Amino acid sequence: MAKLEELRYRSAYFLWVGVFFIGVFALIALLYGATAKIDYVWHWFDVPKYIVNQERIEITAGMGGEVAAIEGEGKDAVVIVKDGDDSESYPMAEAEEIWVSKGDFITPGKILGVYHKWQPGILLQGMWLTLKVSMYAIVFGILIGMLGGIARISKNPALKWSAICYVELIRGSPLLVQIFIWYFVLATLFNRLLMVYGFSEIDALYYGVAALACFTGAYVTEIVRAGIQSIHRGQTEAARSLGMTGPQAMYYIILPQAMRRILPPLAGQFISLIKDSSLLGMIAIRELTKATREAITISLSPYEFWFVCAILYLILTFTLSMAVQYMERKMAIQ
Amino acid sequence: MIEVTDIHKTFFVPHKVKALVGVSTKVAAGEVVVVIGPSGSGKSTFLRCLNHLEAADSGHILIDGIDILDRKTNINKVRAEVGMVFQSFNLFPHKTVLENVTLAQKVVRKRGKSEAHDKAMGLLQKVGIQDKANAYPDNLSGGQQQRVAIARALAMDPKVMLFDEPTSALDPEMIGEVLDVMKALAREGMTMVVVTHEMGFAREVADRVIFMDEGAIVEVGTPEHFFQNPTHDRTKLFLSQIL
Repeated sequence: MAKLEELRYRSAYFLWVGVFFIGVFALIALLYGATAKIDYVWHWFDVPKYIVNQERIEITAGMGGEVAAIEGEGKDAVVIVKDGDDSESYPMAEAEEIWVSKGDFITPGKILGVYHKWQPGILLQGMWLTLKVSMYAIVFGILIGMLGGIARISKNPALKWSAICYVELIRGSPLLVQIFIWYFVLATLFNRLLMVYGFSEIDALYYGVAALACFTGAYVTEIVRAGIQSIHRGQTEAARSLGMTGPQAMYYIILPQAMRRILPPLAGQFISLIKDSSLLGMIAIRELTKATREAITISLSPYEFWFVCAILYLILTFTLSMAVQYMERKMAIQ
Repeated sequence: MIEVTDIHKTFFVPHKVKALVGVSTKVAAGEVVVVIGPSGSGKSTFLRCLNHLEAADSGHILIDGIDILDRKTNINKVRAEVGMVFQSFNLFPHKTVLENVTLAQKVVRKRGKSEAHDKAMGLLQKVGIQDKANAYPDNLSGGQQQRVAIARALAMDPKVMLFDEPTSALDPEMIGEVLDVMKALAREGMTMVVVTHEMGFAREVADRVIFMDEGAIVEVGTPEHFFQNPTHDRTKLFLSQIL
């Protein structure tokens, strides 16, 4: 009886698993069918070269003359070109094949050999920039948030009110507007000032990082505040009753415990930060989204590239969330 | 050792409560004083005022001759000399038992690693918990946690120990082990102020019993006087309710 029951349960389970996969495939088929209706031609094979591509590099002779000798073999091969008393040697270490032989007369610019080199494509470059910008913003966001969170619960009105104003201002306006303020107002102002005093300008990238860091910092401030306040008052009292100063109690007792509670919401915040960094394309920073748009202008295959773009973001955010889960396990008290 | 003169304390949050109204008393070195009274009588507030976890509004509190209500007093120095044990233990959950006992020694007393370690192990042995030195507080029973908390306070070599209802959060079978540690401490001549509902402890160990009600000291006396012929009606009523 129990066996029959279990069998029934299992077959129902697999039925619904089947429903799930059928649903997924139906959606894909629907999309494909719709694009076929409007004669969209999918060019998936175009995509890989925007992620990594093989660049053809030619080794050319700088002067004309006679190939006097080819010394060495394979990786050590060197082509020596002589013209009267002049002579030049070209190491062929990377060349796949040597296109000249001894005794050949060559003109300047003659291709001596060719090799191919793997290079990150525009999408991978964009992804790297997204990662770089996000990491900078995360580090500074944590710093701002830690200080902000502690200021937010301070009894000193100058600190406390500054923290409240900062958080409310940042959270109350759209990130895109903040990025424009950083780029079109603060960056132009500051770069002009730098010029007036004879310094070189700062790249737009850093204003983008600043915008993201300030934005995230406000949210981290609130997360840190909540984390600190969630630690029972008795912990501070116990630490103070042992003669620790306020900062000592904060450093040794409160913050380490608060950090553990802060970690999950912090991870969520940083995942949104990676996604929000896509707005930096608006101020000419070539991160992943902007890179995708450029790839589309070249390839004229928008459908493929937007899906690829989304998947590349997913790789970044998923890796981060895995890393945080690992840290959480490490920090957990058994 | 402790000299309290006419302290007042009013709380305004969540609503106005006069917690202490003119409390004065003295505790001599080596004396064990037990403070009893109904809940809301101000006995915990009184105890917390003694190491400035609550700031009394007016009056004077002298600990070993230092007025802790004086703004110029470095309260952290005084607190290092006054150990406190809480009702809810308040051990540091992210540190092992051993780290709980060594941390303040290193940070506040500036003791070296090995000195702090030896001191801690000695005290853990004294409270009978040395085999749990590397465990985390959450893996200990309430009674064990409270004994660690006592060791943590003793590690600072305090001149006075304050106990704020140390057995109230414990299961009945664990009360004994904590009281035994406190009794041993009393026999060694530690100056102690204990807020408790354990009348047996008061009767056996106390040199003096203070009965508080509505923020004031109602009656003070030896345990014999207190439990056999209390003079005040309020004391009689309280004792009849709990004994």
